Amino acid sequence: MNDRFPIDLKVNGQRYQVDVPVYRTLLDFLRDDLGLTGTKECCVVGECGACTVIVDGRTVNSCLMLAVEADGGEVLTVEGLAAGGRPGPLQRAFLEHGSAQCGFCIPGQLMSAHGLLLENPHPAAAEVHEALAGNLCRCAGYEQITEAVLAAAEEVGG
Amino acid sequence: MQAFAYARPESIPEALALLAEHGSGAHLLAGGTDLVIALRNGSLRPTVVIDLKRVTGLSPAIRREDGRLCLGATTVMRDVERDAEVLRHFPALAEAASWVGSVQIRNRATVVGNICNASPAADTAPPLLVYGAVVLAVGPDGERRIPINDFFVRSRQTTLPAGSLVTGIELPLPAGRMGSAYTRLTRRRGTDLASVTMCAGVDGAGVTRLAYGSVGPRPVLVCDESGVLADPAAPDEVKAPILEEMLAGASPSPRSMRAGPEYRLAMLRVLGRRALQTAIDRLAKGMA
Repeated sequence: MNDRFPIDLKVNGQRYQVDVPVYRTLLDFLRDDLGLTGTKECCVVGECGACTVIVDGRTVNSCLMLAVEADGGEVLTVEGLAAGGRPGPLQRAFLEHGSAQCGFCIPGQLMSAHGLLLENPHPAAAEVHEALAGNLCRCAGYEQITEAVLAAAEEVGG
Repeated sequence: MQAFAYARPESIPEALALLAEHGSGAHLLAGGTDLVIALRNGSLRPTVVIDLKRVTGLSPAIRREDGRLCLGATTVMRDVERDAEVLRHFPALAEAASWVGSVQIRNRATVVGNICNASPAADTAPPLLVYGAVVLAVGPDGERRIPINDFFVRSRQTTLPAGSLVTGIELPLPAGRMGSAYTRLTRRRGTDLASVTMCAGVDGAGVTRLAYGSVGPRPVLVCDESGVLADPAAPDEVKAPILEEMLAGASPSPRSMRAGPEYRLAMLRVLGRRALQTAIDRLAKGMA
Protein backbone atom coordinates (compact mmCIF):
# COMPACT_ATOMS: atom_id res chain seq x y z
CA MET A 1 0.00 0.00 0.00
CA ASN A 2 1.20 3.37 -0.97
CA ASP A 3 -0.15 6.83 -1.57
CA ARG A 4 0.80 6.53 -5.22
CA PHE A 5 -0.35 3.78 -7.52
CA PRO A 6 0.80 2.82 -11.02
CA ILE A 7 -1.96 2.89 -13.62
CA ASP A 8 -2.03 1.88 -17.25
CA LEU A 9 -4.97 3.20 -19.22
CA LYS A 10 -6.06 4.63 -22.54
CA VAL A 11 -7.49 8.10 -22.84
CA ASN A 12 -8.98 8.99 -26.24
CA GLY A 13 -7.03 6.11 -27.74
CA GLN A 14 -3.67 7.17 -26.33
CA ARG A 15 -1.97 4.95 -23.77
CA TYR A 16 -0.67 6.36 -20.49
CA GLN A 17 1.42 4.49 -17.92
CA VAL A 18 1.81 6.74 -14.90
CA ASP A 19 1.95 6.78 -11.12
CA VAL A 20 -0.96 8.78 -9.69
CA PRO A 21 -1.69 9.83 -6.12
CA VAL A 22 -4.43 7.44 -4.96
CA TYR A 23 -6.60 10.33 -3.75
CA ARG A 24 -6.66 11.99 -7.19
CA THR A 25 -10.04 11.83 -8.89
CA LEU A 26 -10.30 10.85 -12.51
CA LEU A 27 -11.54 14.39 -13.14
CA ASP A 28 -8.40 15.99 -11.66
CA PHE A 29 -6.19 13.46 -13.43
CA LEU A 30 -7.72 14.32 -16.82
CA ARG A 31 -7.64 18.06 -16.30
CA ASP A 32 -4.49 18.67 -14.27
CA ASP A 33 -2.21 15.79 -15.24
CA LEU A 34 -3.22 15.30 -18.88
CA GLY A 35 -4.34 18.87 -19.59
CA LEU A 36 -7.66 17.69 -21.01
CA THR A 37 -9.68 20.61 -19.73
CA GLY A 38 -12.74 19.96 -21.89
CA THR A 39 -14.09 17.91 -18.96
CA LYS A 40 -15.46 20.43 -16.48
CA GLU A 41 -15.39 20.58 -12.70
CA CYS A 42 -18.58 21.95 -11.21
CA CYS A 43 -20.64 20.47 -8.35
CA VAL A 44 -18.20 17.66 -7.40
CA VAL A 45 -21.02 15.62 -5.85
CA GLY A 46 -22.37 13.88 -8.96
CA GLU A 47 -25.43 16.04 -9.48
CA CYS A 48 -24.59 18.33 -12.40
CA GLY A 49 -22.91 16.04 -14.94
CA ALA A 50 -20.39 18.65 -16.16
CA CYS A 51 -17.56 16.14 -15.54
CA THR A 52 -19.19 13.28 -17.49
CA VAL A 53 -16.78 11.04 -19.40
CA ILE A 54 -17.11 7.53 -20.79
CA VAL A 55 -15.17 4.73 -19.10
CA ASP A 56 -15.26 1.33 -20.80
CA GLY A 57 -18.35 2.31 -22.75
CA ARG A 58 -20.34 3.72 -19.84
CA THR A 59 -20.94 7.32 -18.84
CA VAL A 60 -19.67 8.21 -15.37
CA ASN A 61 -19.19 11.31 -13.24
CA SER A 62 -15.41 11.62 -13.27
CA CYS A 63 -15.58 13.65 -10.03
CA LEU A 64 -16.84 10.53 -8.20
CA MET A 65 -14.21 8.16 -9.49
CA LEU A 66 -10.61 7.86 -8.40
CA ALA A 67 -8.05 7.80 -11.20
CA VAL A 68 -6.77 4.45 -9.88
CA GLU A 69 -10.20 2.95 -10.53
CA ALA A 70 -9.72 3.60 -14.24
CA ASP A 71 -6.56 1.43 -14.28
CA GLY A 72 -6.69 -0.94 -17.25
CA GLY A 73 -9.64 0.90 -18.74
CA GLU A 74 -10.44 3.07 -21.72
CA VAL A 75 -11.56 6.62 -21.12
CA LEU A 76 -13.22 8.82 -23.70
CA THR A 77 -13.46 12.56 -23.06
CA VAL A 78 -15.04 15.31 -25.12
CA GLU A 79 -11.68 15.88 -26.84
CA GLY A 80 -11.99 12.34 -28.19
CA LEU A 81 -15.21 13.19 -30.03
CA ALA A 82 -13.32 15.49 -32.39
CA ALA A 83 -11.18 13.26 -34.60
CA GLY A 84 -8.26 15.23 -36.04
CA GLY A 85 -9.43 18.33 -34.19
CA ARG A 86 -12.62 18.59 -36.25
CA PRO A 87 -16.01 18.48 -34.51
CA GLY A 88 -17.78 15.12 -34.80
CA PRO A 89 -21.42 14.73 -35.92
CA LEU A 90 -22.83 15.19 -32.43
CA GLN A 91 -20.77 18.32 -31.87
CA ARG A 92 -21.80 19.72 -35.26
CA ALA A 93 -25.46 19.08 -34.44
CA PHE A 94 -25.06 20.99 -31.15
CA LEU A 95 -23.59 23.92 -33.08
CA GLU A 96 -26.28 23.83 -35.76
CA HIS A 97 -29.13 23.74 -33.22
CA GLY A 98 -27.76 26.50 -30.99
CA SER A 99 -27.49 24.05 -28.11
CA ALA A 100 -24.58 25.82 -26.44
CA GLN A 101 -25.29 29.10 -24.69
CA CYS A 102 -22.67 29.71 -22.00
CA GLY A 103 -21.25 26.32 -23.00
CA PHE A 104 -20.03 25.10 -19.62
CA CYS A 105 -22.28 22.05 -19.42
CA ILE A 106 -21.86 21.12 -23.09
CA PRO A 107 -18.91 18.68 -22.80
CA GLY A 108 -20.88 16.68 -20.24
CA GLN A 109 -24.07 16.86 -22.31
CA LEU A 110 -22.10 15.64 -25.35
CA MET A 111 -20.63 12.69 -23.45
CA SER A 112 -24.01 11.61 -22.06
CA ALA A 113 -25.50 11.96 -25.55
CA HIS A 114 -22.61 9.98 -27.04
CA GLY A 115 -23.08 7.27 -24.39
CA LEU A 116 -26.78 7.09 -25.25
CA LEU A 117 -26.14 6.77 -28.99
CA LEU A 118 -23.59 4.00 -28.40
CA GLU A 119 -26.33 1.94 -26.75
CA ASN A 120 -29.35 3.21 -28.62
CA PRO A 121 -28.67 4.67 -32.08
CA HIS A 122 -32.32 5.73 -32.57
CA PRO A 123 -33.56 7.18 -29.29
CA ALA A 124 -36.97 8.76 -28.78
CA ALA A 125 -37.10 12.24 -27.22
CA ALA A 126 -38.10 10.72 -23.86
CA GLU A 127 -35.02 8.48 -23.97
CA VAL A 128 -32.82 11.51 -24.63
CA HIS A 129 -34.39 13.27 -21.63
CA GLU A 130 -33.72 10.25 -19.41
CA ALA A 131 -30.14 9.75 -20.65
CA LEU A 132 -29.33 13.44 -20.11
CA ALA A 133 -31.24 13.84 -16.82
CA GLY A 134 -27.92 13.85 -14.97
CA ASN A 135 -26.64 16.86 -16.93
CA LEU A 136 -27.83 20.24 -15.76
CA CYS A 137 -27.85 23.29 -18.02
CA ARG A 138 -28.30 26.50 -16.08
CA CYS A 139 -28.98 28.40 -19.32
CA ALA A 140 -31.87 25.91 -19.72
CA GLY A 141 -31.10 25.06 -23.32
CA TYR A 142 -32.67 21.64 -22.93
CA GLU A 143 -34.92 21.84 -26.00
CA GLN A 144 -32.05 22.67 -28.34
CA ILE A 145 -29.87 19.99 -26.75
CA THR A 146 -32.57 17.35 -27.27
CA GLU A 147 -33.12 18.49 -30.86
CA ALA A 148 -29.39 18.24 -31.55
CA VAL A 149 -29.11 14.71 -30.15
CA LEU A 150 -32.10 13.54 -32.20
CA ALA A 151 -30.67 15.20 -35.35
CA ALA A 152 -27.25 13.62 -34.82
CA ALA A 153 -28.88 10.21 -34.34
CA GLU A 154 -30.70 10.72 -37.62
CA GLU A 155 -27.51 11.72 -39.43
CA VAL A 156 -25.26 8.98 -38.06
CA GLY A 157 -27.82 6.20 -37.82
CA GLY A 158 -29.40 6.99 -41.19
CA MET B 1 -8.68 15.85 -1.31
CA GLN B 2 -7.41 14.33 1.95
CA ALA B 3 -4.70 11.68 1.77
CA PHE B 4 -5.44 8.00 2.37
CA ALA B 5 -3.89 4.71 1.36
CA TYR B 6 -5.48 2.57 -1.33
CA ALA B 7 -5.55 -1.20 -1.48
CA ARG B 8 -6.82 -3.38 -4.29
CA PRO B 9 -7.11 -6.94 -2.99
CA GLU B 10 -7.60 -9.78 -5.43
CA SER B 11 -9.21 -12.29 -3.10
CA ILE B 12 -11.75 -12.30 -0.28
CA PRO B 13 -9.18 -13.54 2.32
CA GLU B 14 -6.88 -10.70 1.27
CA ALA B 15 -9.71 -8.18 1.69
CA LEU B 16 -10.61 -9.59 5.11
CA ALA B 17 -6.96 -9.44 6.19
CA LEU B 18 -6.87 -5.74 5.26
CA LEU B 19 -10.08 -5.14 7.24
CA ALA B 20 -8.57 -6.95 10.24
CA GLU B 21 -5.31 -5.02 9.98
CA HIS B 22 -6.85 -1.55 9.70
CA GLY B 23 -9.99 -1.95 11.82
CA SER B 24 -12.18 1.12 11.91
CA GLY B 25 -9.66 3.00 9.74
CA ALA B 26 -10.60 0.87 6.74
CA HIS B 27 -13.40 1.75 4.37
CA LEU B 28 -14.66 -0.43 1.53
CA LEU B 29 -15.02 0.98 -1.99
CA ALA B 30 -17.38 -0.47 -4.59
CA GLY B 31 -19.04 2.16 -6.82
CA GLY B 32 -17.77 5.12 -4.82
CA THR B 33 -20.71 7.41 -5.60
CA ASP B 34 -21.25 8.05 -1.88
CA LEU B 35 -17.72 7.36 -0.64
CA VAL B 36 -15.82 9.76 -2.90
CA ILE B 37 -18.13 12.61 -1.85
CA ALA B 38 -17.43 11.80 1.83
CA LEU B 39 -13.68 11.57 1.17
CA ARG B 40 -13.70 14.96 -0.49
CA ASN B 41 -15.80 16.77 2.12
CA GLY B 42 -13.99 15.08 5.01
CA SER B 43 -17.07 13.49 6.59
CA LEU B 44 -15.16 10.18 6.39
CA ARG B 45 -11.46 10.01 7.17
CA PRO B 46 -10.31 6.45 6.50
CA THR B 47 -6.64 5.51 6.68
CA VAL B 48 -7.16 2.99 3.89
CA VAL B 49 -9.72 2.60 1.12
CA ILE B 50 -10.14 -1.02 0.05
CA ASP B 51 -11.35 -1.29 -3.55
CA LEU B 52 -13.41 -4.47 -4.03
CA LYS B 53 -13.76 -4.31 -7.80
CA ARG B 54 -10.86 -6.65 -8.59
CA VAL B 55 -11.67 -9.27 -5.96
CA THR B 56 -12.25 -12.70 -7.46
CA GLY B 57 -15.66 -13.85 -6.28
CA LEU B 58 -17.13 -10.35 -6.07
CA SER B 59 -18.05 -10.10 -9.72
CA PRO B 60 -20.65 -7.63 -11.02
CA ALA B 61 -22.60 -10.40 -12.77
CA ILE B 62 -26.21 -11.22 -11.86
CA ARG B 63 -26.45 -15.01 -11.50
CA ARG B 64 -29.45 -17.31 -11.63
CA GLU B 65 -28.98 -20.18 -9.20
CA ASP B 66 -31.26 -22.91 -7.99
CA GLY B 67 -34.46 -21.13 -6.96
CA ARG B 68 -32.87 -17.72 -6.57
CA LEU B 69 -31.26 -14.76 -8.24
CA CYS B 70 -27.93 -13.50 -6.86
CA LEU B 71 -26.60 -9.98 -7.12
CA GLY B 72 -22.87 -9.56 -6.58
CA ALA B 73 -21.09 -7.11 -4.30
CA THR B 74 -20.17 -5.01 -7.34
CA THR B 75 -23.41 -5.31 -9.35
CA VAL B 76 -24.38 -1.80 -10.50
CA MET B 77 -27.85 -0.24 -10.59
CA ARG B 78 -27.82 0.13 -14.37
CA ASP B 79 -27.37 -3.62 -14.83
CA VAL B 80 -30.12 -4.39 -12.32
CA GLU B 81 -32.66 -2.09 -13.98
CA ARG B 82 -32.15 -3.76 -17.36
CA ASP B 83 -31.58 -7.40 -16.39
CA ALA B 84 -34.17 -9.71 -17.97
CA GLU B 85 -34.43 -11.98 -14.89
CA VAL B 86 -34.78 -9.02 -12.52
CA LEU B 87 -37.44 -7.46 -14.76
CA ARG B 88 -39.32 -10.75 -14.96
CA HIS B 89 -39.24 -11.85 -11.31
CA PHE B 90 -38.47 -8.68 -9.34
CA PRO B 91 -39.83 -5.74 -11.36
CA ALA B 92 -40.08 -3.46 -8.31
CA LEU B 93 -36.32 -3.83 -7.78
CA ALA B 94 -35.69 -2.88 -11.41
CA GLU B 95 -37.98 0.14 -10.93
CA ALA B 96 -36.19 1.18 -7.74
CA ALA B 97 -32.75 0.85 -9.36
CA SER B 98 -33.91 2.91 -12.35
CA TRP B 99 -34.90 5.80 -10.03
CA VAL B 100 -31.46 6.20 -8.50
CA GLY B 101 -29.51 9.35 -9.41
CA SER B 102 -28.74 9.62 -13.10
CA VAL B 103 -27.41 7.24 -15.75
CA GLN B 104 -23.87 8.27 -14.74
CA ILE B 105 -24.55 7.45 -11.09
CA ARG B 106 -26.31 4.17 -11.93
CA ASN B 107 -23.37 3.07 -14.06
CA ARG B 108 -21.21 3.13 -10.89
CA ALA B 109 -23.48 2.83 -7.84
CA THR B 110 -23.98 -0.71 -6.54
CA VAL B 111 -27.03 -2.25 -4.89
CA VAL B 112 -24.85 -3.66 -2.12
CA GLY B 113 -23.32 -0.23 -1.52
CA ASN B 114 -26.83 1.21 -1.38
CA ILE B 115 -27.88 -1.12 1.45
CA CYS B 116 -24.53 -1.00 3.29
CA ASN B 117 -24.73 2.80 3.49
CA ALA B 118 -28.19 2.13 4.93
CA SER B 119 -29.65 5.50 4.05
CA PRO B 120 -33.30 5.56 5.18
CA ALA B 121 -34.05 6.80 1.64
CA ALA B 122 -32.19 3.95 -0.13
CA ASP B 123 -34.29 3.10 -3.16
CA THR B 124 -33.41 -0.57 -3.35
CA ALA B 125 -34.20 -1.29 0.31
CA PRO B 126 -38.03 -1.47 0.08
CA PRO B 127 -38.15 -3.98 -2.81
CA LEU B 128 -35.40 -6.10 -1.24
CA LEU B 129 -37.49 -6.18 1.97
CA VAL B 130 -40.69 -7.10 0.11
CA TYR B 131 -38.92 -9.87 -1.83
CA GLY B 132 -37.35 -11.33 1.32
CA ALA B 133 -33.75 -10.84 0.20
CA VAL B 134 -30.86 -12.33 2.15
CA VAL B 135 -27.58 -10.45 2.60
CA LEU B 136 -24.55 -12.71 2.20
CA ALA B 137 -21.61 -11.70 4.35
CA VAL B 138 -18.18 -13.07 5.11
CA GLY B 139 -15.99 -12.18 8.05
CA PRO B 140 -13.41 -13.53 10.48
CA ASP B 141 -15.98 -16.05 11.75
CA GLY B 142 -16.85 -17.33 8.30
CA GLU B 143 -19.91 -16.87 6.14
CA ARG B 144 -23.19 -15.51 7.38
CA ARG B 145 -26.67 -15.10 5.90
CA ILE B 146 -28.54 -12.07 7.20
CA PRO B 147 -32.24 -11.64 6.30
CA ILE B 148 -32.42 -8.09 5.00
CA ASN B 149 -35.05 -7.07 7.55
CA ASP B 150 -32.42 -7.81 10.25
CA PHE B 151 -29.73 -5.84 8.40
CA PHE B 152 -30.82 -2.19 8.71
CA VAL B 153 -30.38 -0.33 12.01
CA ARG B 154 -30.32 3.35 11.12
CA SER B 155 -28.61 5.66 8.66
CA ARG B 156 -25.05 4.39 8.05
CA GLN B 157 -25.50 1.59 10.58
CA THR B 158 -26.20 -2.07 9.83
CA THR B 159 -25.84 -5.35 11.72
CA LEU B 160 -22.91 -6.37 9.50
CA PRO B 161 -20.29 -7.50 12.05
CA ALA B 162 -17.06 -5.50 12.24
CA GLY B 163 -14.35 -6.83 9.98
CA SER B 164 -16.90 -8.35 7.57
CA LEU B 165 -17.95 -7.54 4.05
CA VAL B 166 -21.05 -8.23 2.00
CA THR B 167 -20.40 -10.60 -0.88
CA GLY B 168 -23.83 -10.43 -2.47
CA ILE B 169 -27.59 -10.45 -2.11
CA GLU B 170 -29.83 -13.44 -2.72
CA LEU B 171 -33.39 -13.03 -3.94
CA PRO B 172 -35.54 -16.16 -3.59
CA LEU B 173 -37.67 -16.65 -6.70
CA PRO B 174 -41.35 -16.28 -5.71
CA ALA B 175 -42.86 -19.73 -5.13
CA GLY B 176 -46.20 -18.79 -6.65
CA ARG B 177 -47.80 -15.90 -8.44
CA MET B 178 -46.82 -12.44 -7.26
CA GLY B 179 -47.48 -8.82 -8.23
CA SER B 180 -45.19 -6.05 -7.05
CA ALA B 181 -44.49 -2.37 -7.64
CA TYR B 182 -42.16 0.38 -6.45
CA THR B 183 -42.83 4.09 -6.39
CA ARG B 184 -41.26 7.08 -4.71
CA LEU B 185 -41.87 10.74 -4.02
CA THR B 186 -39.17 13.16 -5.14
CA ARG B 187 -39.01 16.84 -5.88
CA ARG B 188 -38.01 16.15 -9.48
CA ARG B 189 -37.22 13.27 -11.83
CA GLY B 190 -33.47 12.68 -11.99
CA THR B 191 -30.68 13.18 -9.47
CA ASP B 192 -32.79 13.59 -6.35
CA LEU B 193 -33.11 11.61 -3.15
CA ALA B 194 -36.49 10.17 -2.24
CA SER B 195 -38.79 11.99 0.18
CA VAL B 196 -40.85 8.79 0.51
CA THR B 197 -40.11 5.32 -0.89
CA MET B 198 -42.76 2.62 -1.18
CA CYS B 199 -42.86 -0.96 -2.43
CA ALA B 200 -45.90 -3.25 -2.45
CA GLY B 201 -45.98 -6.99 -3.09
CA VAL B 202 -49.13 -9.11 -3.34
CA ASP B 203 -49.03 -12.88 -3.76
CA GLY B 204 -51.53 -15.43 -5.01
CA ALA B 205 -52.33 -16.52 -1.42
CA GLY B 206 -53.56 -13.00 -0.60
CA VAL B 207 -50.59 -11.91 1.48
CA THR B 208 -49.65 -8.23 1.05
CA ARG B 209 -46.23 -6.86 1.98
CA LEU B 210 -45.45 -3.18 2.11
CA ALA B 211 -41.99 -1.71 2.66
CA TYR B 212 -41.38 2.00 2.91
CA GLY B 213 -38.57 4.37 3.71
CA SER B 214 -37.35 7.94 4.05
CA VAL B 215 -39.91 8.36 6.84
CA GLY B 216 -37.80 7.20 9.79
CA PRO B 217 -34.36 5.98 10.80
CA ARG B 218 -34.61 2.79 8.74
CA PRO B 219 -36.87 1.30 6.05
CA VAL B 220 -39.90 -0.56 7.46
CA LEU B 221 -41.43 -3.89 6.35
CA VAL B 222 -45.02 -4.76 7.25
CA CYS B 223 -47.30 -7.61 6.23
CA ASP B 224 -51.06 -8.17 5.96
CA GLU B 225 -52.06 -11.83 5.96
CA SER B 226 -55.81 -11.25 6.23
CA GLY B 227 -56.18 -11.16 2.45
CA VAL B 228 -58.21 -7.96 2.63
CA LEU B 229 -55.65 -5.59 1.11
CA ALA B 230 -54.94 -7.97 -1.75
CA ASP B 231 -58.63 -8.40 -2.53
CA PRO B 232 -59.52 -6.17 -5.51
CA ALA B 233 -63.21 -6.35 -4.47
CA ALA B 234 -62.73 -5.32 -0.80
CA PRO B 235 -64.28 -1.89 -0.14
CA ASP B 236 -62.04 1.01 0.68
CA GLU B 237 -63.49 1.53 4.19
CA VAL B 238 -62.38 -2.01 5.08
CA LYS B 239 -58.92 -1.56 3.61
CA ALA B 240 -58.26 1.89 5.05
CA PRO B 241 -57.81 0.92 8.75
CA ILE B 242 -55.51 -1.98 7.81
CA LEU B 243 -53.39 0.28 5.64
CA GLU B 244 -53.36 2.88 8.42
CA GLU B 245 -52.01 0.35 10.90
CA MET B 246 -49.35 -0.83 8.44
CA LEU B 247 -48.12 2.72 7.88
CA ALA B 248 -47.97 3.53 11.59
CA GLY B 249 -44.25 2.70 11.65
CA ALA B 250 -43.44 6.01 9.94
CA SER B 251 -41.77 8.71 12.04
CA PRO B 252 -40.31 11.29 9.64
CA SER B 253 -37.76 13.75 10.94
CA PRO B 254 -38.84 17.39 11.20
CA ARG B 255 -35.28 18.44 10.31
CA SER B 256 -35.07 17.05 6.78
CA MET B 257 -34.67 19.57 3.97
CA ARG B 258 -36.55 17.56 1.37
CA ALA B 259 -40.09 17.49 2.80
CA GLY B 260 -41.87 18.24 6.06
CA PRO B 261 -43.19 15.39 8.22
CA GLU B 262 -46.89 16.18 7.58
CA TYR B 263 -46.36 16.13 3.83
CA ARG B 264 -44.38 12.89 3.99
CA LEU B 265 -47.02 11.17 6.07
CA ALA B 266 -49.82 12.33 3.76
CA MET B 267 -47.92 11.19 0.66
CA LEU B 268 -46.95 7.88 2.29
CA ARG B 269 -50.66 6.98 2.28
CA VAL B 270 -51.06 8.05 -1.35
CA LEU B 271 -48.00 6.08 -2.42
CA GLY B 272 -49.13 3.06 -0.38
CA ARG B 273 -52.48 2.92 -2.18
CA ARG B 274 -50.90 3.54 -5.56
CA ALA B 275 -48.21 0.85 -5.20
CA LEU B 276 -50.75 -1.61 -3.80
CA GLN B 277 -53.11 -1.05 -6.74
CA THR B 278 -50.29 -1.48 -9.27
CA ALA B 279 -49.18 -4.68 -7.53
CA ILE B 280 -52.78 -6.04 -7.58
CA ASP B 281 -53.11 -5.15 -11.27
CA ARG B 282 -49.82 -6.85 -12.07
CA LEU B 283 -50.82 -9.96 -10.16
CA ALA B 284 -54.06 -10.09 -12.17
CA LYS B 285 -52.10 -9.70 -15.43
CA GLY B 286 -49.64 -12.41 -14.44
CA MET B 287 -46.62 -10.08 -14.33
CA ALA B 288 -44.41 -10.57 -11.28
